[in-house]
Amino acid sequence: MKKYTYTESKDTRSGFGAGLLEAGKQNENVVALCADLIGSLKMNDFIKEFPERFFQIGIAEANMMGIAAGLTIGGKIPFTGTFANFSTGRVYDQIRQSIAYSDKNVKICASHAGLTLGEDGATHQILEDIGLMKMLPGMTVINPCDFNQTKAATIAIANYEGPVYLRFGRPVVPNFTPADQTFEVGKAVMLNEGTDVTIIATGHLVWEAIQAGEELEKLGIHAEIINIHTIKPLDEEAVLKSVTKTGCVVTAEEHNRLGGLGDSVAQLLATKKPSPQEFVAVNDSFGESGTPAQLMEKYGLNAKSIVAAARKVIARK
Amino acid sequence: MSADINNLEQIASQVRRDIVRMVHACQSGHPGGSLGCTDYFVALYFHAMKHDPSFNMNGVNEDLFFLSNGHISPVFYSTLARAGYFPVSELSTFRKIDSRLQGHPTTHEHLPGIRIASGSLGQGLSVAIGAAQAKKLNKDDSLIYVLMGDGELQEGQVWEAAMYAPHNKIDNLIAAVDYNGAQIDGSTEQVLSLGNLRAKWEAFGWDVLEVEKGNDMASVIQGIDEAKSRTGKGKPVVILLHTEMGNGVDYMMGSHKWHGVAPNDEQLELALNQLPRTIGDY
Repeated sequence: MKKYTYTESKDTRSGFGAGLLEAGKQNENVVALCADLIGSLKMNDFIKEFPERFFQIGIAEANMMGIAAGLTIGGKIPFTGTFANFSTGRVYDQIRQSIAYSDKNVKICASHAGLTLGEDGATHQILEDIGLMKMLPGMTVINPCDFNQTKAATIAIANYEGPVYLRFGRPVVPNFTPADQTFEVGKAVMLNEGTDVTIIATGHLVWEAIQAGEELEKLGIHAEIINIHTIKPLDEEAVLKSVTKTGCVVTAEEHNRLGGLGDSVAQLLATKKPSPQEFVAVNDSFGESGTPAQLMEKYGLNAKSIVAAARKVIARK
Repeated sequence: MSADINNLEQIASQVRRDIVRMVHACQSGHPGGSLGCTDYFVALYFHAMKHDPSFNMNGVNEDLFFLSNGHISPVFYSTLARAGYFPVSELSTFRKIDSRLQGHPTTHEHLPGIRIASGSLGQGLSVAIGAAQAKKLNKDDSLIYVLMGDGELQEGQVWEAAMYAPHNKIDNLIAAVDYNGAQIDGSTEQVLSLGNLRAKWEAFGWDVLEVEKGNDMASVIQGIDEAKSRTGKGKPVVILLHTEMGNGVDYMMGSHKWHGVAPNDEQLELALNQLPRTIGDY
């Protein structure tokens, strides 16, 4: 098992803030919009550097999506910022018509996704956003795993033509991917080569998958671990190649098991390479208040759950 | 000036013929609001706007128009075709399979002149504001126009946008409300009263002007010219455009019933007899 270490834990939303500033420096057409959550989205540095390229929308997310669509007409590259719940479910029709169907180059940047938002509870913990966004034709869906990767993803999507949903979170998590990484949209990242089971994880579950890989190693199980930061378009080649080798797969995500990464992998495998699969995901329920760690434990979204799922799926081979 | 008005009226008559023929040909679509807004569209594209039919999405240094109430696509398509954006013969494909002229306007089929999809109501004002802000960032002093239905103002997003534009001094924007007092289920008064519309827009911080005769070309021209003169003064401008649904076809006027109904063969003849062929049918 390849060793992964980190020197500090940081939040992915700060990676977004750092990436936005850098993207703004690289391209003067990058503009940012926020619906009264500047601090939460870590957009302060961008605003300080480029005040004339920032638009405070107020608590009016539908209007924000429409304004973002309009800004593209004139060559701007708008990054909208609010919580994942208000970035998707609240404004689904605005995104569908004014952005996705209209082929607009808007980057929908969504923080506080999933259970790890914590104490605010289920009203804010959206677990359906990946599904909502991936169903829209032409929409790219990205869920990076740590600070460095979120920063790299933010910079990369500024140069990627078309609507993008970029999902990240609130808590600090191990920052283990390289600071100088090149982020390639739609390209899986191989974290560990193995032979017995493929573990495909996205977002906060990637670090948990690495922990799980180490536990499995102690049991004599060699896990292949893949970080899928881009859920759509899915790196089908990487998934098929790995599952052809290992013969089974565990998918892991901070999302409802309906509509998420697991669904996408299952659909691919069902048509190209039928294989046993286990899903580490929220089992079609809403979340609740609690600390992130308590919630991830209660809803079965951690290394322990991945280990159990891996052993189960290997037995089904 | 009067020769100019006469010319615009001739174009409007042809656009009205196009509308009823398009809707008749596919036996679907929305003639009522289309006919009511014909004079406004013709005044915009043949008088007021600085625009280039060779069409470029970003429209730098051009005035841009957005249609928020996308269901009146027949008048939009006819106006664009008559202004040279695409061949008038293509109007015969309206709402038919494999057409660029979808039931509601879309950029998805790359029809020249369309910059945003619309149909699901309430979104166009926000888009127009974004385009207006892009123009300001680009130091492009041309104008943005957007048209909304009056029933459409029942959508909450409109008022999010209405609050935003004055706060941000979006003064390169001329919005218009097709104030015909009718929507699918009846009059706006019956369905959900709009109340004092002028007072509402003024309270939100807009410079409001009314065109009482929205189907009289001279009045429409005068209204748009007045609206243009009020841009660049720190406030967005909105025109309350009093129109008559179905204007130009007697049996369609004064009723909401022709909002989304196509005429049959007999009714088409009746309509065309009232609308002089001027430039020539497609």
